Amino acid sequence: MTSFIIKRLASAVLTILVVSALTFSLAFLAGDPAIAIAGKDSSAADIARVREYYGFDRPVVIQYGEWLAKALTGDFGRSFHYQQSVADMLASRLPITFGLGVAAIIFALAIAVPLGVAAAAKPGGLIDRFALGLSVLGQAMPTFWLALLLVVLFGLTLRWLPISGNATWQHFVMPTIALGTFALPALLRITRAGTLDALRSDYVRTARAKGLGAGKVLFRHALRNVMIPLVSISAVQLGALLAGSIVIEQIFALQGIGALSYDATLRADLPVVQAITLIVAVFYVLLTLVADIVNAILDPRIRESW
Amino acid sequence: MNDTVLSIQCLSVALPEGADRRLAVDDVSLDLRKGETVCIVGESGSGKSITAFSVVGLLSPQLVPVAGKVLFGGNDLLKAPAAEMRRIRGARIAMIFQEPMTALNPVLRCGQQIMEMFEAHGLHTHRARRARAIELLTEVGLPDPAKAFSAFPHELSGGQRQRVMIAMALALEPDVIIADEPTTALDVTTQAQILSLLKRLRENHGTAILFITHDFGVVAEIADRVAVMHRGKVVESGPTVDVLNDPQEAYTRDLLAAVPALTPPAPAGKPDAEIVLSGLNLNKTYRGRSFFNRRDVPALTDVSFDLYRGETLGIVGESGSGKSTLGRCLMRLADLDAGEIIVDGKDLHALSERAFQPMRKTMQMVFQDPFASLNPQRTVGRIIADGPIVHGKAESLALAQAEELLSFVGLDPSSMNRYPREFSGGQRQRIGIARALALEPKIIIADEPVSALDVSVQAQVLKLLRGLKVRLSLSMIFITHDLRVAAQICDRVAVMQRGRIIEMGPTAEIFSNPKSEYTRALLAAIPGQGLGAKQAFESELPA
Repeated sequence: MTSFIIKRLASAVLTILVVSALTFSLAFLAGDPAIAIAGKDSSAADIARVREYYGFDRPVVIQYGEWLAKALTGDFGRSFHYQQSVADMLASRLPITFGLGVAAIIFALAIAVPLGVAAAAKPGGLIDRFALGLSVLGQAMPTFWLALLLVVLFGLTLRWLPISGNATWQHFVMPTIALGTFALPALLRITRAGTLDALRSDYVRTARAKGLGAGKVLFRHALRNVMIPLVSISAVQLGALLAGSIVIEQIFALQGIGALSYDATLRADLPVVQAITLIVAVFYVLLTLVADIVNAILDPRIRESW
Repeated sequence: MNDTVLSIQCLSVALPEGADRRLAVDDVSLDLRKGETVCIVGESGSGKSITAFSVVGLLSPQLVPVAGKVLFGGNDLLKAPAAEMRRIRGARIAMIFQEPMTALNPVLRCGQQIMEMFEAHGLHTHRARRARAIELLTEVGLPDPAKAFSAFPHELSGGQRQRVMIAMALALEPDVIIADEPTTALDVTTQAQILSLLKRLRENHGTAILFITHDFGVVAEIADRVAVMHRGKVVESGPTVDVLNDPQEAYTRDLLAAVPALTPPAPAGKPDAEIVLSGLNLNKTYRGRSFFNRRDVPALTDVSFDLYRGETLGIVGESGSGKSTLGRCLMRLADLDAGEIIVDGKDLHALSERAFQPMRKTMQMVFQDPFASLNPQRTVGRIIADGPIVHGKAESLALAQAEELLSFVGLDPSSMNRYPREFSGGQRQRIGIARALALEPKIIIADEPVSALDVSVQAQVLKLLRGLKVRLSLSMIFITHDLRVAAQICDRVAVMQRGRIIEMGPTAEIFSNPKSEYTRALLAAIPGQGLGAKQAFESELPA
């Protein structure tokens, strides 16, 4: 197990290095950053001054090394537009986005797992058909539209929940539901399919032939095997939620990194865009790392395939 | 009789609507006495497993017992409430299944899965369960019981896994063990060990065993009495010696006649001296897949052989011996690490993919699984004609030829526009053979071509292959784990073990006078030595 974790960590670090290099090169893919900062109509002399001031005239490799070294210490530079430390800007916003993402995935799992298992227990039954309907609906409905429907119902008509800002936990209820619904269908389907497979498997038949009760057959034998794909998909979905919360944050006026990245992209505020891209990517890598380690604990065969 | 422990009386089980017959099990009666082994033998679809699963109430929901009784300890198990059945399962009637890899939960340790037997029936403390589990693992002959206890199923070999299953079945000293094809997935030497283990346990514990199998050799080894099933009915039953030596029913006689004998027929003629294919020092190692996994598995080590024109060379060996890898390397479906494959004076291994492409016509392959190896989306005619079309034949010509080939392999030419799913396993294997023949190859490589087939179908397909070989003077490399089949179809055999050819020679010589210890062990492990008929291949060539 230790050797598995070491190998897996080494591969995660490699991935992060590659991602950081790609993130850094964003600046140069998007055009000349000096022009972006100085403004399109600036004189050549102004642009040259900006280029020198920010150090864009030096070799790319050196710029990358410097940027990476600083990023490792939490220094992502200063925002071109807001003229403040990117790290400070993120510090207040990251908890909002991460909190929302985690709440949304918990919401999705809390519905998907019990419903998926119940659907698989009686394929073609009433619960199964309901689950199928829900997953089609969840997949087909745009997140922003669901969010607007929630706002109209719970915010404006019933007046149960606040519709904008992030002052209290109540402010997060509707965003969580809207975002969680986006992750729900994939989790629901994988739970249903996995449970169906497990219930038809030879080892479940063996467990029943032992005289084990239905509960133990389901929880110990079937669900343990279902959890393996579920953990992987949950990690990927949570990563997608972090990257995909831009729209939801706009609608509910949550001051998270989604809203900020939208803003920064429009203004070509490169240090901010780079920092957010890197943080989300690193978080993605860490999530899959955690998922793989959890799965290695659940399934001994995964440990050995490394 | 009062020592009867289990009595199946007039059992009928209905199939779902739309099946090929109404009843999966049709009026079956069978008694099992204390300490006795009764085999139910039959081909696939005969209803033998359904009969066994009815006893413990583990039928899939579409199958419903509609008549009869299963008497056990004075109760009719078909009418027993669920809670009662749960108390009986495992404790008084235990089961062993065919595929020990899938029958054990892959994510739980073996020991834990055995301890669950006690847990399910509320017996013993945790500590006592553990001690008993280790005792059981010792009793079933695992060399290191403590290690097996904490091993996950995939860390054990197939035979060891089946021993774990048997330990589990024995845990609560059941009156009856139902064993559903428990040795079918195992190598022949492992099978022999498991059969003798079951015999010993039955003597020590007095457990009655209901043993389901398709293999008359296994029946001859283990059964006191045997019931032959066909299309849901017991067609013949009685003491094993009587049924095997003096079968009363035509169906039983046909089945027994289809079992290939271990003694090879006399060679048909002089071998041809022309070599069509030579393998020279073939080497292949499977490397670890990921960046970190560097475990290498050698699959072929210095394999050399010649294949003569018109000859069938058998490659025999147990799983992991490298025999399938050899076939794949010859077809260049896998890459060799070193060595030469000489056909028509060219080294196939050294040719570029482009230069090799036209050579693919020379060699064609027949695969093991007739269900997985035919594309379900294409018609039979297309499947056969595709190869020639790729190699530049006009479509209309290729399709006309496909029609001829179908009748050549004994199928109706009107099958052209039908899909593989409409055919039985044996018919599909004929389609696979026609597909291989379409390119008019000189060499056929057949990888376990009859292993997935029932014994009566197997005999027909072997007859077809043998006939084709003579008519088309094909050379064939015939890969098989089944020495009975090899004895009947191969002119020469090469015995493989751990990637090496350890012995090669004319079939009759190898079978009557094996040189290596390993070949002797393989031959000795075959169940039911005296069984089987020499098959009359020469007659009845397809029209």
